[in-house]
Amino acid sequence: MKLANRQNLIIRVMNNTIIEISNLRKDYHIGEVTVHALRGVDLKIHTGEFVAIMGMSGSGKSTMLNIIGCLDKPTHGDYFLDGVDVNTMDKDETARLRNKKLGFVFQAYNLLARTTALENVELPLFYNDKIRSKERKERALYALEAVGLADRMGHMPNQLSGGQQQRVAIARSLVNDPVLILADEPTGNLDTRTSFEIMDLFQDLNEKGRTIVYVTHETDIAKFATRNVIFRDGKIQRENVVTDRLSAKEVLRTLPVEDIEEFDKKN
Amino acid sequence: MNYSNLFRIATRALVRNRLRAFLTMLGIIIGVASVIAMLAIGEGSKQRMRKEMSSMGTNMIMVMPNFQRRGGVSLGASSSMALKYSDVVALRNDATALAAVSPEVRANGQVIYSNQNTQTTIYGVSEEYLNIRKLVIKSGRIFNANEVKSMAKVCILGQTVVENLFGEGADPVGLSIRIKNLPFQIIGTLEDKGESGMGQDQDDLILAPYTTVQRRLAAIDYINGIYASAASEEKSPTAMAEVEETLRTTHKLKESAENDFRVMSQSELIATVSSITDIMTILLGAIAGISLLVGGIGIMNIMFVSVTERTREIGLRMSVGGRGKDILKQFLVESMLLSILGGAFGVIFGYLIAELAGSLMSINAVITTQSVVLAFAVCFAIGVFFGWYPARKASNLNPIDALRYE
Repeated sequence: MKLANRQNLIIRVMNNTIIEISNLRKDYHIGEVTVHALRGVDLKIHTGEFVAIMGMSGSGKSTMLNIIGCLDKPTHGDYFLDGVDVNTMDKDETARLRNKKLGFVFQAYNLLARTTALENVELPLFYNDKIRSKERKERALYALEAVGLADRMGHMPNQLSGGQQQRVAIARSLVNDPVLILADEPTGNLDTRTSFEIMDLFQDLNEKGRTIVYVTHETDIAKFATRNVIFRDGKIQRENVVTDRLSAKEVLRTLPVEDIEEFDKKN
Repeated sequence: MNYSNLFRIATRALVRNRLRAFLTMLGIIIGVASVIAMLAIGEGSKQRMRKEMSSMGTNMIMVMPNFQRRGGVSLGASSSMALKYSDVVALRNDATALAAVSPEVRANGQVIYSNQNTQTTIYGVSEEYLNIRKLVIKSGRIFNANEVKSMAKVCILGQTVVENLFGEGADPVGLSIRIKNLPFQIIGTLEDKGESGMGQDQDDLILAPYTTVQRRLAAIDYINGIYASAASEEKSPTAMAEVEETLRTTHKLKESAENDFRVMSQSELIATVSSITDIMTILLGAIAGISLLVGGIGIMNIMFVSVTERTREIGLRMSVGGRGKDILKQFLVESMLLSILGGAFGVIFGYLIAELAGSLMSINAVITTQSVVLAFAVCFAIGVFFGWYPARKASNLNPIDALRYE
């Protein structure tokens, strides 16, 4: 029922394009060898979508995500993010763009060590001059509440489990109210059950209107998305709307802690 | 980025990396402290030596027998007998630029009072000696011409001898002591003079008439030296020339013969000592410079390593919207805070070390503004530069390269 509503919503906002990429190329020069990481990619992502970028290692999927996230520059091609031409921006402007419009979740969480969960979540707001310290704290706390970790705000990363650390990282990606959340193998360091919990959180956020793009190489993790984009040799091999989409909540409900292996076999 | 945010980010990062911050500061502390302490001790001993030397009188002239060598054979024994009392008389008569002249005859021996005894030097001198050497009578009196003539067994004690025989603060005037088994009556004591610039105790002495010491204690017919004072400091060179001329005449030296005596003036001695202390200051300065260099390299290393180590943190900060200049400012503020704090602690420690070392070496450590400014400036510059340079390198990277930095 919920998923059907969701599909309708997506159709409604389809024409609101948030990412528009055409003929994108990225070459790396390693010594005298030139590696073509991306060989001409066209991609559109719309508001409210939940996209999984898939592919084997070396297929260019991570390079794609880094370029979408303005962490890296393409060698050639056009990239419009939320209507802005990213290629014409300098480093400071892309930093501003990341600060205002993007949220990142990394495979290795990348939290600051010996820093409380709350302070970690606050981090992006420090680079926004308009936000005073009171508002910064409130928003960080709100983001932590959204990932269900408000009671752990004073904990250091080493006092949190892997799943909790990733939740803190997700709260950090939410705190600046971004138009797009980018996640690079967000479940790569987590066990199956925790992975589903993280995907459940992402599905919740998506339901509330967040646009999310994530990279994964696991097919079962990709099934939580609304659309899959599969990369191969630096090009998009195929794109498909996920027809047998899974709800992480339901999967978790059918999954007693002991039966994780069975689920793995079935899928 | 506004400054309160910047400051908050930097202080948080420092608190988060407490140990690393402390180690970095330690390098700065040691660098600054060692330079300050070293220069303070050098300056202190220099000033002290100068003061001591000039307290001995700047217009004093000394004549010593010259230990001659002829054809490689030392004529030490005979030439050490070159000076006679007749030389003193000749100087008194002929050297007009001299204000006072006194012979000096030295004897070493045991001094006994009751069941106490001590070993000291007995100086046989004339009454003028006290003025020449700037010695002051504390109690009692100086011996008179009659006592000199009659080889009277009277003596004046320095404070160290008084302490050794009678205890601190005692006034032994009128008592009798035995010097080399001869009974001497104490007619006076001398004011405390303290240590000389060379670290010699200037109060460990007994004064007696030169006749008494020469005949009764040393049993010699020559004298060990002549002490004189020029009428003024300006007349010192003239006086020295006169002394040389007079003595050559009385010693009947041929034109070609070398002097069998040496004439020295206190001002010459001060100049010599000053040049020695200058060399010492240069030496200490060089050591301080080396420790500054070593400290600087230490600061450089730990700054470089700790900033390079944080390349991934820099990547993360950039990915959440930190601009290159925001990152750079943060690291600049961090390294400035470290350098200022470390420098301040360094100054305090340097001061404490200088005071401690000074009291152990019984000198007044003098901390000069230049040494503080120099040490602080050098460490600050190094600290800030090597905090800034690797951070600049990292903040110039693509965020993704900084994030993936191993």
